[in-house]
Amino acid sequence: MPSRPPRTHRRSTPWLLIAPALGWLAVFSLWPALNTAVLSFTNVHTLSGGQFIGPHNYQLMWQDPQLRDAIVNTLVFMAVCVPLLTFLPLLLALLVQRTLPFMGFFRTVFYFPVIASAVVVALIWQWLLDDRGLVNGLARQAGLVHSAVPFLTDRWLLLASAIALTVWKGLGYYMVLYLSALGNVRRELHEAAAVDGAGAVRRFWAVTVPGVRGTMALVSVLIAVSAMRVFTELYVLGGRTGGVGGQDVSLVMLIQQAAAGSDGRLGYASALSVFLFVLTVGPLLLLARWNRRTD
Amino acid sequence: MRHHHRRRSPVFDAVTPLGLTVRYLTLLAVLAITVGPMLWELSTSLKAITEDVYTASPHLLPRHPTLGNYGRVGRLIPIGHFALNSALVAVIDVAGNLAGATAAGYALARLSFRGRRLVLGLFLSTLVLPGEVTIISQYQTVTRLGLGDSLLGVALPSVIGALNVLLMRNAFLAVPAELEEAAVIDGATVWQRLRFIALPAVKGTLSVIAILTFIGAWDDFLWPLLVLQSPDKLTLTVGLSYLQGAFTADPRTIAAGAMIALLPVLALFVALQRYFFRGVGEGAVKG
Repeated sequence: MPSRPPRTHRRSTPWLLIAPALGWLAVFSLWPALNTAVLSFTNVHTLSGGQFIGPHNYQLMWQDPQLRDAIVNTLVFMAVCVPLLTFLPLLLALLVQRTLPFMGFFRTVFYFPVIASAVVVALIWQWLLDDRGLVNGLARQAGLVHSAVPFLTDRWLLLASAIALTVWKGLGYYMVLYLSALGNVRRELHEAAAVDGAGAVRRFWAVTVPGVRGTMALVSVLIAVSAMRVFTELYVLGGRTGGVGGQDVSLVMLIQQAAAGSDGRLGYASALSVFLFVLTVGPLLLLARWNRRTD
Repeated sequence: MRHHHRRRSPVFDAVTPLGLTVRYLTLLAVLAITVGPMLWELSTSLKAITEDVYTASPHLLPRHPTLGNYGRVGRLIPIGHFALNSALVAVIDVAGNLAGATAAGYALARLSFRGRRLVLGLFLSTLVLPGEVTIISQYQTVTRLGLGDSLLGVALPSVIGALNVLLMRNAFLAVPAELEEAAVIDGATVWQRLRFIALPAVKGTLSVIAILTFIGAWDDFLWPLLVLQSPDKLTLTVGLSYLQGAFTADPRTIAAGAMIALLPVLALFVALQRYFFRGVGEGAVKG
């Protein structure tokens, strides 16, 4: 445990410094978290105070046929994104890690998709994947397809497109996380393995992966949590109701739809939020257990 | 930086021509995948209305490049006004985070007081809370404050972020304590120590926070979509999403709008990327 710094200041000084941040935390994080749970048992609307109605919102929620679609979409989205975004950025980080010419350039440019707004990214990809867009154009030219592939109008193809877009946008972000973790991998282990005749692939599994295992676990949880929150990609790519027939809705899209407008059903949206919270905390608890076991 | 001076092992560090070729070819392929879609969008935005963008044989370079699509976006939606709205929100959030996270981070790292661990725990606890879960209650709070449908309402919840407080705390913890102890002996107050000793040492993390906060505010979509209704108050991302369906189906115009949202943040990032990557290294959280 770190030793306490000596007291060289007035008793009130730390609190003066912390007060704004603590105030913000209380008003915009802690209180809303508790309040959401309370609101979920009311029929409160945007502009009118609600009454306590018990678990009615939760009963409504289970009868909502869109909820099943949202859960399936979100879980498929998560199941594909987690392995892809856990491994691909690690390989990318290994490629740009060495001090060779132009590595700074590559790092910077690989980060570009991260900086772009999800709305912009979705607009770009919508144009790429349009029936008459670049991807279909090239595929037709190469003789791969005869009629356009319906990337944006077929339920599963739209979901796949949103996944591709998410992986594309996330690569650079997780690459940077891995870059700082790779700095801590002991070089001697690599050299020893190389002397023993281990090739690049063997060294990757025997030295690199164990060396960044903590970061890998963190990264996969970050991806799982952000996959639970998927919204903008599907909203822009598929349309504001979640694609054709509303089949590509996500949990957050249902929350937004319930809360939108001047007469938004905030109580119902809160019940959905509580459900989202429960689903999100799952992977976090798994990580906590996994961390405890490996420490 | 240390790597440069370390003695290199001939076996491990040998750079074979074949290895180099494969490495750079792979990097170029990834480069094509990451910036290709952006370049294609840029190219579309520069293609004249007379040029067939749907052509079956796509070409990247516009035959007769024009900025006309950018003017057309401006006539369809007040995009400059939206950009100003976004910039205003982003500037409020950057200023708030730099000041608020610095103050709180310093107190948590460098000052002793009762309840420090509890406060730290509170900040940590909110990291596991996805923003979307609390968004409904935040929306209610902002509307009750009379800030619904206002840019201040958009900016408010992100003025101080818990993650930034923790990043600043980590950065201050990494500053050698001896520096400050010497200043204490010289009779420096907390404020003087913060201003003249601690702050200059954490510039890297400060710039990372500034860059990430700006990008986060500029790019945010769900929260402004929920808060804003009046067409003249929209931020750029929300305004753009209206461009897509309601006004036009012309890919050139949409592409021009997307570029107006994309290019300023890219330019900002390229200008500051040196500080960004240095700061990320400096504040690396050992996981």
